[in-house]
Amino acid sequence: MDGRLFHRALGRRTLLKVGLAAGAVQIASPFVLRARADDMVKIGFNTPLTGTYAAVGKNEQLGAEYAVAEINAKGGIDGRQVQLLVEDSTSGDVGTAVQKARKLIERDKVNFLLGNVNSAIALAMAQVSNELKTLHIVTGGHTDAITGKSCQWNVFRVCNTTAMEANSVASTLIETSGKKWYYITPDYSFGHTLQGGLEKAAGKLGGTKVGEDLTPLGTTDFSSYLIKAQSAAPDVVIFTQQGDDGVNIMKQAVQFGLDKQLHIAGAQMELEVLEGLPPEARVGTWVFEWYFNQPNVPHVAEFVAGIRKKTGKVPTARTWFGYAAAWTCALAAAKAKSLDAMKMAKALEDFELPPEIGLMPNPAAYRAGDHQLIPTLFVGNAQANGVSDPEDLFKITKTVKGPDVAASADANGCKLVWPA
Amino acid sequence: MQPHRRSVTQLILFNVFNGLIIGAFYALMALGLSLILNLSGVINFAHGGFLALGGYFAYSLMPFTGFWGALVLAPILTACIGILVERFLIRRLYGRDPLYSLLLTFGLAFILEDATRFIWGAQSVPFQVPAVLTQPLSTSFFFLTGYRLFMVALVIVAVSGLFLVLGRTRFGKRVRAGTLDLETLSTLGVNVQLLRTLNFGFGIYLAGLAGVLAAGMLGLQPTIGASLIMPSFVAIIVGGLGSLPGTLFGGLLIGLASGLTAVFFPSATEAIIYVIMGIVLLVFPRGLLGEEGRLQ
Amino acid sequence: MTNAFNKSNLLVAVVALLLLTMPLWINAVGGYTALGTRVVVLALAAMALNFLLGFTGVLSFGHAAYFGLGAYGAGMTIKYIAPSTPLAILIGIVVGTLAAAIIGALIVRLRGVYFAMVTIAFGQVFFFTAFRWNSMTGGDDGLTGWHRMPIDLGFTTLDIQGDDRLFYYFVLFCFAVATGLMALILRSPFGRTLVAIRENERRARFLGIPVDQHIWLSFVISCGFVSLAGTLYALLNNFADPRALRWDQSGEFVIMAVMGGMRSFWGPLIGAAIFVVLQDYVSSLTENWQSFVGVVFILVVLFFPRGVLGIVQRKASA
Repeated sequence: MDGRLFHRALGRRTLLKVGLAAGAVQIASPFVLRARADDMVKIGFNTPLTGTYAAVGKNEQLGAEYAVAEINAKGGIDGRQVQLLVEDSTSGDVGTAVQKARKLIERDKVNFLLGNVNSAIALAMAQVSNELKTLHIVTGGHTDAITGKSCQWNVFRVCNTTAMEANSVASTLIETSGKKWYYITPDYSFGHTLQGGLEKAAGKLGGTKVGEDLTPLGTTDFSSYLIKAQSAAPDVVIFTQQGDDGVNIMKQAVQFGLDKQLHIAGAQMELEVLEGLPPEARVGTWVFEWYFNQPNVPHVAEFVAGIRKKTGKVPTARTWFGYAAAWTCALAAAKAKSLDAMKMAKALEDFELPPEIGLMPNPAAYRAGDHQLIPTLFVGNAQANGVSDPEDLFKITKTVKGPDVAASADANGCKLVWPA
Repeated sequence: MQPHRRSVTQLILFNVFNGLIIGAFYALMALGLSLILNLSGVINFAHGGFLALGGYFAYSLMPFTGFWGALVLAPILTACIGILVERFLIRRLYGRDPLYSLLLTFGLAFILEDATRFIWGAQSVPFQVPAVLTQPLSTSFFFLTGYRLFMVALVIVAVSGLFLVLGRTRFGKRVRAGTLDLETLSTLGVNVQLLRTLNFGFGIYLAGLAGVLAAGMLGLQPTIGASLIMPSFVAIIVGGLGSLPGTLFGGLLIGLASGLTAVFFPSATEAIIYVIMGIVLLVFPRGLLGEEGRLQ
Repeated sequence: MTNAFNKSNLLVAVVALLLLTMPLWINAVGGYTALGTRVVVLALAAMALNFLLGFTGVLSFGHAAYFGLGAYGAGMTIKYIAPSTPLAILIGIVVGTLAAAIIGALIVRLRGVYFAMVTIAFGQVFFFTAFRWNSMTGGDDGLTGWHRMPIDLGFTTLDIQGDDRLFYYFVLFCFAVATGLMALILRSPFGRTLVAIRENERRARFLGIPVDQHIWLSFVISCGFVSLAGTLYALLNNFADPRALRWDQSGEFVIMAVMGGMRSFWGPLIGAAIFVVLQDYVSSLTENWQSFVGVVFILVVLFFPRGVLGIVQRKASA
């Protein structure tokens, strides 16, 4: 009996010692792993790789990786090679995300910070990047505050504001489907502002709100809301759910036959969501912030081919966000002829993305008043199966010029404060 | 086909029906969890992970076996994984404080989520249910979709099967006896080890089945389990530990509550189940139908 | 007996030394000061939880509620009331402790899994409130637009906002005061009674000890310290968000306590250090860090249920 206990204890202790030794080697080796060559320019990307935003966060990363490879092939930034350092911000743990942002800036000494999909994390990161005076490009966080009341001199954003998205789709819906709208809105600030924007835009064209419901984030069963919507007999029901919530509500709406009774629409849709739906649920009128099937726009086909080669799938809007954001860093440095954050930020004001980066029918530029990129938006309808390509699940019916639909720079309360 | 207006009472009625349907689904998940908890004293935080596995197995099997084949096979596959987990991990925790099984299965849940993301990708995968199920019954009863009725039917079959097995078979009798006093059962010559393994497998089978059903209604992505695990626990607690009818009732109750809350205070539909749990526990410290069990 | 006493003193001395000199050696091992600060804050939370879990034997899965209340209390104070860090901390603690006192009184009759689940219930209700009340709390976007304020001591001003290291020492100071208080309480007759309740509640009741009141008090004290940790967390991030109130945050505290060793006072500190560093480090190396962390949990539960310090203690007594 004693012998067996002794044997077991020895086994456990050995395991512990081996484990600790392995751990110590790991801790000692970041120098080896990261090859922190100080002659490289570093871009830090803080993006969700786990949790509910993992799919879109990963796509943003892929876009940025592709951009960095292109940048390096063209000589890098200021003659130096560029390294992309990626950290998992998690999908909702702001504390960890803030930690990673500090890590990238303070320990890894990145010259640029990119991210995040999650609006709360993007705002929190913006505070850190502002405190540590680092140029920060927000890729996919949509809350208006980022270029609105919480705008900062060092923060720029690629993806659209809710006002732009709302204004883009409103006229199409009024014309094609009707004036009575019912809103089913996810209960967080992005949802609220998007609904507000749509109400305003529809109101100007004679649209009315016949009802509304706020759904908690992460709702799995939307049946009650769908029932209520149907009972209110609207012409159009507006879904502004994103990500997993978006997949859930579409699946259930189609199972209720809602698409046969009224028109389903919304102001933001992503390819990731459409791909997650069974074909019969791919319906509705939506706004895309970027789409891969733009046959008449130069450079797009090469980009699509390149991404397809790298990942096996077509680029989504998220891929483009990451791509444009990473390239923005390189272009800012080139224009400012410096890696100083303030000089680069000034250089980016009213900066227009070159066509091979913008990849849109009209030029896209960062507005000086609030540092918001004003791109083109794509209005269209989802389609069950792609005609030319299995991934072509969206048919563009109209492209909208950003400047036509963007609210003014101070409409969202942005007051940029530059350090002395 | 123009929709027509409805009165508030009709709305409430619709939501009651729907709430019960969703409640039935919660009950299915919770029953598997309850089964494992009652006999083995194991709090299986990884139950959601197994649910996800069930859905994903069905998705992968569908091109070969069709939906109905996947419905039969996927839960069995999931149960096999469950039995492996029981054999190599859970078994070592019997007799210990339930806190340990909670933490181990917590870690297991992490691993399962990561594994599903690694194998099938982070993006939702398009899970297609046969067309015959995806139509509503009629325009006036549009809220009774074919799929939800199918779900209820399946849950009724599964739950009846469960209670039949527990009531009529030797295995079932042993499980019920074991819930009350495992030691005595062991001295009576029953292979308690095997019993626990089979019981665990049975519980995971139910989780896998719930997963296939969930995939038809929700987006199938790696986090699907995490979003459904809490209602299962709440259902068990509300109904009372140690009582399977309690769990069934608890699931229906919270589903109903959620459905009704959606009519009057929509943004609280997720929170209401916790409010109910809080209220129930304050009045009935052992849950509604709780019995003395091994966890007291 | 003296041997064990010396070993315990030695442990305290080593811990104190490591913590005091952290900013000096943290960069050399691939870390950064803010990481160390985070470890200390979460360690305080885990130790506060362990006051209830390890020493009173009661499992709460809802401590994040009071952690979050402390965080929001502090943040909202600076943002809406007055730009004062000490006031923020005070209000955060008061809010968290008051809530715990009220809720604790309601739930103290429950035991075991029921108690744990009802603590989750309250946590979720607070989470929901923080989420919905977005005019005040910022909702899902979180409470932004404020930051920790320099502390004016009269003879000097501590710029804890601008200076990372200074903030770390400030947090360490709060940590030391809190853990000192905790240790004092645990060593008092009240503390010993808690251990007695943990060991055998029925016997304690037979001895005439008012068990429910002791558990209530232990709950309130534990939540008071965890809300202090919450205020420090908000100050560290310059941010408060609803997720800090959710049950998975509570779960992390429990894991830290178990990993480090529930039965020992400093166990949760070790557990927090391991957990935070592990997560921070491994997630930089691979996207599959969740599996890695999951495997570590499983290994700890299966082979080191007494936690890291449990192994050390066993060696000491062997």
